[in-house]
Amino acid sequence: MIRFDQVTFNYHDSLNPIVSNVNLEIPEGELALVVGHTGTGKSTLLNLVNGMAPHFTGGNLAGVVTVADRSTANYPPREMADLVGVVRQDPASGFVTDIVEDELAYTMESLAVPPNVMRRRVEETLDLLGLASLRSRPLRTLSGGERQRVAIGSVMTAHPSVLVLDEPTSALDPQAAEEVLAAIQRFVHDLGLTVLMSEHRLERVVQYADSVVTITNDGEVWRDSNPAHAMISAPVAPPVVELGRWAGWDPLPLSIRDARRDAVTLREDLTRRLVSEQTPAKPAKRPTPESVATISRVSVNRSNRVVLRSVDCEVSAGEVVALMGRNGSGKSTFLQLLAGSASPSAGKISVRGHDPTQLAGTELVTTVGLVPQEPALMLWADSVVEECASADQTSDLPQGTTLALFHRLRDDVDPQMHPRDLSEGTRLALVVALVAAASPDLLLLDEPTRGLDYSAKVTLTELLRELAVAGQAVIVATHDVELVAAACTRVLMIGDADIVLDAEASAAATASPVFAPQVAKVLTPLPFLTLAAVREAAESDPALPRNGGE
Amino acid sequence: MIDAFTTPRLIHPGAWWLWALGLAVAAARTTNPLLLLMIAVAAGVVVAERRVPGPWGNSYLAFAKFGLLIIAIRVLLEIFLGAANFGPTLFALPEVPLPEWMAGVQLGGPVTLAGLLQAIFEGLRIAVLLLCIGAANSLVNPSRLLRIVPAALYEVGVAVVVCMSTAPILVSDASRIREARRLRGRPTSGLRSWSQMAMPLFSGALERSVALAASMDSRGYGRTAGIPRRARQSTVGLLLLGLVGMLIGLYGLLDGSTPGVAGVSVIGWPMLLLGVALATTGSLLAGKRVSRTRYRPDIWAFPEWMVVTCGVIPATGFILLGNDPAMSGPTYPLSWPEVPLALVPLLLIATLPAILSPPVPQQNEFEESDQTDTSAAVAA
Repeated sequence: MIRFDQVTFNYHDSLNPIVSNVNLEIPEGELALVVGHTGTGKSTLLNLVNGMAPHFTGGNLAGVVTVADRSTANYPPREMADLVGVVRQDPASGFVTDIVEDELAYTMESLAVPPNVMRRRVEETLDLLGLASLRSRPLRTLSGGERQRVAIGSVMTAHPSVLVLDEPTSALDPQAAEEVLAAIQRFVHDLGLTVLMSEHRLERVVQYADSVVTITNDGEVWRDSNPAHAMISAPVAPPVVELGRWAGWDPLPLSIRDARRDAVTLREDLTRRLVSEQTPAKPAKRPTPESVATISRVSVNRSNRVVLRSVDCEVSAGEVVALMGRNGSGKSTFLQLLAGSASPSAGKISVRGHDPTQLAGTELVTTVGLVPQEPALMLWADSVVEECASADQTSDLPQGTTLALFHRLRDDVDPQMHPRDLSEGTRLALVVALVAAASPDLLLLDEPTRGLDYSAKVTLTELLRELAVAGQAVIVATHDVELVAAACTRVLMIGDADIVLDAEASAAATASPVFAPQVAKVLTPLPFLTLAAVREAAESDPALPRNGGE
Repeated sequence: MIDAFTTPRLIHPGAWWLWALGLAVAAARTTNPLLLLMIAVAAGVVVAERRVPGPWGNSYLAFAKFGLLIIAIRVLLEIFLGAANFGPTLFALPEVPLPEWMAGVQLGGPVTLAGLLQAIFEGLRIAVLLLCIGAANSLVNPSRLLRIVPAALYEVGVAVVVCMSTAPILVSDASRIREARRLRGRPTSGLRSWSQMAMPLFSGALERSVALAASMDSRGYGRTAGIPRRARQSTVGLLLLGLVGMLIGLYGLLDGSTPGVAGVSVIGWPMLLLGVALATTGSLLAGKRVSRTRYRPDIWAFPEWMVVTCGVIPATGFILLGNDPAMSGPTYPLSWPEVPLALVPLLLIATLPAILSPPVPQQNEFEESDQTDTSAAVAA
């Protein structure tokens, strides 16, 4: 269905090709998953399929890309629209109309589909994606998962043969991601649709893939029709695969179910060890009781909707708190209150004894720092160096402190680059450096793992733990249970405007499957949350596999 | 037959706009404050009964406030620059002598009651004209207007819609960027910080429009589907000429001072009809070579005809009575304005759409999701 023949592509301003000499064939009805580090050209590969690259983005294409025998060299993207449906990373940025129903019809209108056919297809698509109750809703009132489903529906009404999805679930909470993936599954199974999809959150999608397209850091691309085989050497892998690689299971498990079956002996061995030593695998670290932030009886009402209802909370130095809850449950509002970006309708907030709304300048940046959901908003200088220098100046730090911190997070970036040219993950690292360099007593991060691959997450985790050890308090709003397991000491969950859960991270993660990371799900009821913890336990016991299967 | 008026549905956007334009034409032909206020009330009654839910429904009030501002500006201009020299003087401002080449302009000087009244009446006329446009916006969501734009001009229409949807996003972006500056410990006021805030604002807007353009391109926007270039160009040309013709015609109708025979403007109707003819030809030509279709096109049925008629009747009446002295508000000598009795039933007819059109379907109440969590515009 999709064929890449000797394809090399580079943008005009660089001589290094993004992808080189790609030969790829994706047969009809296959769900192919594109796997690779950030910045290796996954989006470029997806853009090549319908001719966005080079027709829209510019650049040089050598070789031939064909979809159903239509070559992108001769057909610009608009002439491919009946064949290839594309949904980009942020679905909202691609909406043309303002009502769900009209958005579903837009592509068909462009393709001159007869009106009676159009009406029938809109009804079908509304049902297929479970959007029937939303048909006359304005698009701006939809939640993230609903938007993603509308975006998928809006290209599916044209009955394309190929669907290209760029990070369809990265920004979604687990429930919304499930809905979107179920819809994609239905299209693949019922309609024989060919899907090419990239995704950072491999743990969500890898078990559904029929094949894996791997992109290495050198721009080499190949397809493996056996995902379990491909994951053995893939540059990025979800925790369950990492566990399987370490334990040497063959074939590699891709889902929790497979891994649990493989893990029977490992669980027995670990249990024996726990019983013999009588100590928990993870030393329980008590946070120092020095309070950093206090929230007392805080309520927030917005346009006759209660966002937070009389919330009490206390955060101490040395804690890394995970703030969880559905999209739209008020996590961002919670962080904004602590940063003084929003004021409560009632109640009192104090950070180190200050009212955060009254802080400004140096005093603010050394007391509380917030990394917002859209890090780009924080950047305005012309280069990374200038941004860092300006942060040093505001917080009275010696020249170069911020830049050094940034280099610790990312050492492969030219500091003369324009912040807008950085990849999403790198831009986030820059903003984290800008904010964390001032060592604020309270560091707040809003959805920091969106757009980060696994290795970038590891770096972030290390940084957060160091900050906590240094006596800072950290609050992370996130859906990412893997990050919570690796970095956090405590979990707060907001539901229906109240804090519904406040517990130690390890307890929360083993108590409920909603919060359990993959390793915990595989090894439950044992109290292991991460591969690192399993490895540590194994290293002190010769009976357990030490170095994977190799 | 009765069903057509009682079953809730949104009527054709064109019908409301023609009705509103009818009222606007009527308003443009008079400075009689009582008549103008009656037109405003007529429009207001219909808006109260048939406005669409959502923010656009409040356009009438927004335009009313804007209208008051215009009256105020008009009056201030009269006080400082006015040169009406008849009637009793209310008070006098010191007059600033101006160089000779600016003869005809007077800065300061005496302010007369007649001049002030004249200014108020003229300001009121502009305000009521605007109010008619505001009424149309309250009755029709502007994005629905896009559906009745002829296929050949569709691309222009899309550009307008994209602009309209971008404006509110820019406003919310601006406040978030301001907040981001505060969080980095930078001042949020002053010229320098504003210039630094403009940078992320505009590059964000640019990135957003590029993303939208990419999405539209990959969804078949601007597909030629084998239509020859020359044919497309001639269609667009005809449509544009037609629109210009209609605009000139409307101007002729609105401005009573254009040359006319028996009170009816000679450039008004002929230009309007010529424009309509050109535009129709263009649309028909475009329709022959279908390159796009319309989802659920708005229907034009009996209620639409009723609504348009209710707008055309007062407009015609006001035009025919154009030279009646009662049509202008009395400024000197001072007297209570007379109302030409023949026009009152016409204005009653203008309010009929409040009952003679199908009611607006009620939407389910929906909850707005949290702005901060869902505005997930990530620059990729």
